Amino acid sequence: MDALLSRFRNLTVLIVVVLAQLIYLGYQVRANRDERLIRVWAVSAVTPMAGIVEAIRQNTIGFLEDYFILLDVREQNRKLKADNDRLRLQNIYYRNQLATAEHARALTIFQAQTPSKTIAARVIGNSTVASAKAVFIDRGSTSGVEQGMAVVTPEGIVGKVVSVYPLVSQVLLVTDPTFKLGVESQKGHVRGVLSCDGLGKCKVEHIQNEEKVDKNEWFYTSGEDRIFPKGFPVGTVVSSEPGQGMREVWINLSGAPGGVDEVLVVLQGVHQAIPPAPAEETATAKMLPPPPDDGASKADVKPQTEADKVLHQYEEIGKQEDHVYGGLGSNLPNFNPKPAPKTTTAPAAPANAAAESTATAPPRATILGAPKTPASGTATSTATPAEENPVLPLGAPRRKPATGATTTQPAPPRP
Amino acid sequence: MNETTEVILARRSAEQSWFSRFQAVALLAITMLAIIGKFYLPRLLPHTEWLELPLLLTVYFGLMRRSQIQALFFGAFVGLAEDSLSPANIPIGMYGITKTLVGYFAASVSLRFNVETRLMRFVLSFFFFFFHAFFYWAMRRALLGQIVPFNPQDKLVDGVLNAIVALPLFAILDRMKLSGS
Repeated sequence: MDALLSRFRNLTVLIVVVLAQLIYLGYQVRANRDERLIRVWAVSAVTPMAGIVEAIRQNTIGFLEDYFILLDVREQNRKLKADNDRLRLQNIYYRNQLATAEHARALTIFQAQTPSKTIAARVIGNSTVASAKAVFIDRGSTSGVEQGMAVVTPEGIVGKVVSVYPLVSQVLLVTDPTFKLGVESQKGHVRGVLSCDGLGKCKVEHIQNEEKVDKNEWFYTSGEDRIFPKGFPVGTVVSSEPGQGMREVWINLSGAPGGVDEVLVVLQGVHQAIPPAPAEETATAKMLPPPPDDGASKADVKPQTEADKVLHQYEEIGKQEDHVYGGLGSNLPNFNPKPAPKTTTAPAAPANAAAESTATAPPRATILGAPKTPASGTATSTATPAEENPVLPLGAPRRKPATGATTTQPAPPRP
Repeated sequence: MNETTEVILARRSAEQSWFSRFQAVALLAITMLAIIGKFYLPRLLPHTEWLELPLLLTVYFGLMRRSQIQALFFGAFVGLAEDSLSPANIPIGMYGITKTLVGYFAASVSLRFNVETRLMRFVLSFFFFFFHAFFYWAMRRALLGQIVPFNPQDKLVDGVLNAIVALPLFAILDRMKLSGS
């Protein structure tokens, strides 16, 4: 045995070392506990250099850029171009400074406006695992940061605190493939789970194909994950297509979690309502609202065309005969009613238009076999029209009207 | 052997001891610098997440030290130090196991081949980077059940970039004689 071990001594040591680490790994996974002491020591040893590194970053990068840019400048234009480049760099530097100031200002405004209690923090370092999306921020337990707190910016969400140390905290970014987040759409309030693939693409899962999610629609935090308060912007939909079983909704994160320098840690989250979607404008031209629908104005309209007059006449006939046009079970109206006897005391108010229409009505065509209708204003005759002008067959001799007759009934027209 | 020879040998031994101690301290310092650099470098120089300086140091130590046991312990130390700065959802030991294997295999290769040529160093750096990335991904998926992406094309490109960086880095380390060989 000893000979065997001494012969494979190196391999034995390798197996022992790997097995020891595997057992330790299994213990951590099984006990679901983090080896806090080791991490606290390591992080506490590394993070104090953050200030130095930040100072180096801010003070020396510009110098290095100057050096490398000016290295290839031709000699004869060296001074002029150097000035130009220096001014350009200064311009870029000032722009960056301005952008940083504006971002800090936006952060302050957002911090003042949001009902949630937040604390500003600065990103100071990345994780050592390239595939894991995590950063360190310069706020720890001494600042009130606790594990599980949400980290946001005014533009959107960033991640959640996964480890807290005295002076720093580790934030798992929302782009990490193990990160899940409850989200809700703005228009249809469709709920889903945000999941990123670790390569920069994020999609909302568990949305049925029947649900309606439009392109460019906003998604907000739903608050169901108990990490992010409801109502924080997440991102906009870049594509929404039906998939196999579930809808494929890809979104573009608005917070840019990987590139932020300043963030806000939500100490006490307050749920907010998701802002309503802006109304869709279908018509490009401005139009007045429709006029109010009142019957009075409609009744006062006088018939102007012949069609209006006929329509009005039919409406009157319908009213008189209690007929409802288009109604089921309504009897057919008689469109050739006998005229009502005209009296001088006939009310003209509701039939004002009717009286006018009869007064101005054109002479009706005479139908053979139909009773004659007298002309208006000639109602002084006591004899009926049928007696006065009997319908005669064609070719029958006509009788001359009496001279003393008061009727001015015209001769029947020839058929 | 006269007295003078003994004095010279004693002085040389003391110098070698001091140099060996210096080598150990320098190696430790450079290793810590590499690990801390991985923590801060993406902040200083954007888009440098692909650079695996701790891994390159492990490969170099394994190749030049030619001792499997020392190389595997060195790899375990570097990996565990990296693990202590990893996110809390990744338990300590993932990088430790991976880099232990890398150190052991690098030392094993150095016992059979001449690893001081540039081509060999380039090929081995590329191979060990890809092995490291793939083994870490497989362990994370198999042991932790975490579904994380693995894009072979990206890893191949990163491997080439790391191998390119490895050539001047190994040359500098050769001049510092940090291998102690």
